[in-house]
Amino acid sequence: MTKFGVGQSIRRVEDQRFITGSGRYTDDINLAGQAYGYVLRSPEAHARIASIDVSAAKAAPGVLAVITGQDIVAGGSGNTLPCLIPMENRDGSAAKLPLRVVLCTDRVRHVGDHVAFIVAESLSAAKDAAELVQVDYDSLPVAADTEQAEQAGQPLVHDAVPANLSFDWEFGKRPATEQALAGAAHVTTLKLVNNRLIANPMEPRACVAEYDAGGDALTLHACTQGGHLWVDPVAAFMGMPREKIRVLTPDVGGGFGMKAMIYPEYAMAAWAARQLKRPVKWTAERSSDGFLSDVMGRDHVTVAKLGFDADHKIVGMEVMTWANMGAYINLFAPFIPTGAALKVLPGVYDVKNLVYRVKGVLTNTTPVDAYRGAGRPEAIYLMERLMDQAARELGQDPTELRRRNFITAAAMPFQTAAGERYDSGDFAKVMDTALEASGWSGFASRKAASERRGLRRGRGMSYYIESTMGDPQEMARILFMEDGTVGVVVGTQSNGQGHETAYVQVLVDRLGVPFDKVKILQGDSASLPFGGGTGGSRSLTAAGWAIRDASEVVIERGKHYAAREFEAAAADIEFSRAEGSFKVVGTDRQIGILELAAKARAMPAPAEGVAGMDAEATAKIDQWTFPNGCHLAEVEIDPETGVTTIDRYIAVDDFGVVVNPMLVAGQVHGGVVQGIGQALYEHAVYDEFGQLVSGSFMDYCMPRADNVPAMEVRTVEIPCKNNPMGIKGCGEAGSVASPAAVINAIIDALADLGVTAVDMPATPLRIWQLIQERRQPIAAE
Amino acid sequence: MYAFEFHRPSSVADAIAALKAASDGKLMAGGQTLIPTLKQRLAQPSDVIDLGGIKELHGIRQDGNSLVIGAMAKHGEVAGSDLVKSVIPGLHELAGLIGDPQVRNRGTIGGSLANSDPAADYPAAVLALNATIKTDRRSIAADDYFTGLFQTALADDELITAISFPRPEACGYAKFRNPASRYAIVGVMVARTGGGVRVAVTGAGPCAFRLPDFERALAGSFSADALAGLSVSPSGLNSDMHASAEYRAHLVRVMAQRAVKAVR
Repeated sequence: MTKFGVGQSIRRVEDQRFITGSGRYTDDINLAGQAYGYVLRSPEAHARIASIDVSAAKAAPGVLAVITGQDIVAGGSGNTLPCLIPMENRDGSAAKLPLRVVLCTDRVRHVGDHVAFIVAESLSAAKDAAELVQVDYDSLPVAADTEQAEQAGQPLVHDAVPANLSFDWEFGKRPATEQALAGAAHVTTLKLVNNRLIANPMEPRACVAEYDAGGDALTLHACTQGGHLWVDPVAAFMGMPREKIRVLTPDVGGGFGMKAMIYPEYAMAAWAARQLKRPVKWTAERSSDGFLSDVMGRDHVTVAKLGFDADHKIVGMEVMTWANMGAYINLFAPFIPTGAALKVLPGVYDVKNLVYRVKGVLTNTTPVDAYRGAGRPEAIYLMERLMDQAARELGQDPTELRRRNFITAAAMPFQTAAGERYDSGDFAKVMDTALEASGWSGFASRKAASERRGLRRGRGMSYYIESTMGDPQEMARILFMEDGTVGVVVGTQSNGQGHETAYVQVLVDRLGVPFDKVKILQGDSASLPFGGGTGGSRSLTAAGWAIRDASEVVIERGKHYAAREFEAAAADIEFSRAEGSFKVVGTDRQIGILELAAKARAMPAPAEGVAGMDAEATAKIDQWTFPNGCHLAEVEIDPETGVTTIDRYIAVDDFGVVVNPMLVAGQVHGGVVQGIGQALYEHAVYDEFGQLVSGSFMDYCMPRADNVPAMEVRTVEIPCKNNPMGIKGCGEAGSVASPAAVINAIIDALADLGVTAVDMPATPLRIWQLIQERRQPIAAE
Repeated sequence: MYAFEFHRPSSVADAIAALKAASDGKLMAGGQTLIPTLKQRLAQPSDVIDLGGIKELHGIRQDGNSLVIGAMAKHGEVAGSDLVKSVIPGLHELAGLIGDPQVRNRGTIGGSLANSDPAADYPAAVLALNATIKTDRRSIAADDYFTGLFQTALADDELITAISFPRPEACGYAKFRNPASRYAIVGVMVARTGGGVRVAVTGAGPCAFRLPDFERALAGSFSADALAGLSVSPSGLNSDMHASAEYRAHLVRVMAQRAVKAVR
């Protein structure tokens, strides 16, 4: 283990610029001649556009263009953004996937839908002009509720989609599962809600579109999760060849899935930049743009049955989910509640029979797509709620019920009923570590102490498993620069996680180069032929692997050059990773890798097309990783006010081999807090008219530092078998684990009142009402 | 934000003159409500008159048995004042519960009271402590000041100069915060004063109000238990996604009891 290698808590090199305010984000980019775009949005959740009159706006001072959907349609390009997910219904018919419209022509379908794009010399002039656009709306009835949307009599969001049913998907063995449940000794049934969330990264979305008329080429500067993914959609929208599109990504202040996709505003800015032959900038404002147009997360209603035999072993699981897609089908949207959730729907248990049905419904709300965890938090929340409820119903200890149903370490690799092949894991060991770390057995005395203060204490467990995912290939290129530094070109995109530190650790570990001589180069779609970006907790497992493989190519090339340098046979050259030097076996003759790379530039190459010691490699990821862990929460509830306080939180995770324990702990902290946000605070609420009630931070409650206790975070390293480094992704894990741990703890605290279910977010109002409902019949007697 | 004329007068008289001369002028104290409103284009004043440059509106001093706080005193100044802490510790504590450090370093007591947001904290203190609102032309008793939702007894061109708080025997404040905004869903100040017990509530209704039956109960026995059997009608109370009127009514009693326990 070297000082800056794998396994060390190296401080983040990117923090120097991030915490001194010298990071460079998209909104910091200002180009010569830049104009400013502003989106006029629909105030109506559902309406026919009778007319749009932009004449006064076009004539307003400083206005350069007012673009409507009619202009885009007349320009010959499509007016929609793609969905990449092929969907088939359970009866074999094709799903109906109405795509997100860039600028509405005849109908608006959610509050915030895009109506016109005003470009002016200043943002203020664009906003002034926007008020002069005359839009005549004929209001239509609204479908806003997830569960109601498919009911008869509900207004149709899209006339071509009957019953607002975009898709009706199913996986699994229905007859076998139904039979297993019919024969089960006990069946636990549960209905629950995964509340709708707004991602709210610190950095709002932004872009600057730059058109080069001479080359008929477009450069889009934007906060992405990987610009490669945007090239094709932008090319298609603009009607330009893909090689004419370049996406550049500067520093990004959080994405969480929400920034993975191309948005209507970016398409508009690109369109306007070409029309005006001037750079066009657009930056989201928090409430008036972000809350209305950023894709949201979750929003499922689920009913499930989990059957047990007489030995309390699971025999079958039947799940039905209504997933709210919003008004349009976004890039990955149909995959999140279906394929992505399915991956871990059985959790860490041997669920022998499984059937999972999902109805994707359309509503007059902002589209829903990937949000940290993307389907897997929803799935684990369901399974872990079911396990706790089953334990209560069976009179079984919740840890014992889990232990009895765990897939054992000896059974790995294990093919699950959901079709995944878990490669490694020792769930009992991880759970036991967590139980010990938490002082689980000392709960009774802590509960008694809480009661003396008038508070109800409860504890909850969540054993999660994650399935990382994404583009199954990733490339890295190692460049030895003339200034003696090493550049590593990657196709992933840090959104703040610390890639610029962790990747260097991987390289230092393989090549022994000085830590401060390495620079990670990211954010240019033109720098590599492909790149998978950040998402699905994939970056280190994918790009780290590619860096590792490229390092091996560097060593092979280095041996060739070292042999020439020392006039020895390549077979007699060995490479010392610790020292970063090539040696002639059995002699004291050696040369440092950087010195050799400098000399290699002038030496004959081992093969055609090879330039010095520069190298590249592509990792092919045929199997992903399955991070997992046991999270325990203890809460105190004030029964007088309904306020829940998380008093203790313990996370024990198996992330395989850990490259940087500090970065991993940071990811766990952030993920857990995001999950706590879902469990206790965050809720995107629409009223019956499709208006967003929680439309700003005045009502949309983000978790804050004083809402969470100091967490205890530990890891148990069980190496992954699906990549050569043994690592498992850690980015989303916390958000997958914590909602169930917190809600299970709340239910435990209220169980003696007869409370068996609490939906998220467990706000003080909701908890107080639950307590009132349980207390009132007793008071009336 | 729409364009407006900006003024920064150095005297109360100049501020009033600028306000009267404007077709639709607006006074700005700390700007914690006005600036976001302007940025969202929800208001279009012709003139904004910044009170920050008027020295006579600043400062906190003791005047006999009263604490006189200048209208432009920031929440952070009140929360950081040893004088306030020694004379009315409950008020000192209340100021420290307003917003967050950024808000407390900009927001002012005069601005808060002129705005009369139903969820602001200071109204509970003004009413419970029987403070006097001093303006450029008169003194207004706390009981006459709050008249409705964002409504006060101030004339359109009237400016608060200071608030005078008579020193109570003791007082305490308990606040149930909106989890998102951290404004008061319910805030209750209980004060034992020379003129009897006063209980004032903010957050629950359209504007701050007193609870006569709570005051009578506490006058009989100044203890949290004295309030145990009392209740507040939810009728007319605020209701939103965070708290129904029934929940607020319940919280008024709970917070009143906690305020009694917090009395210093």
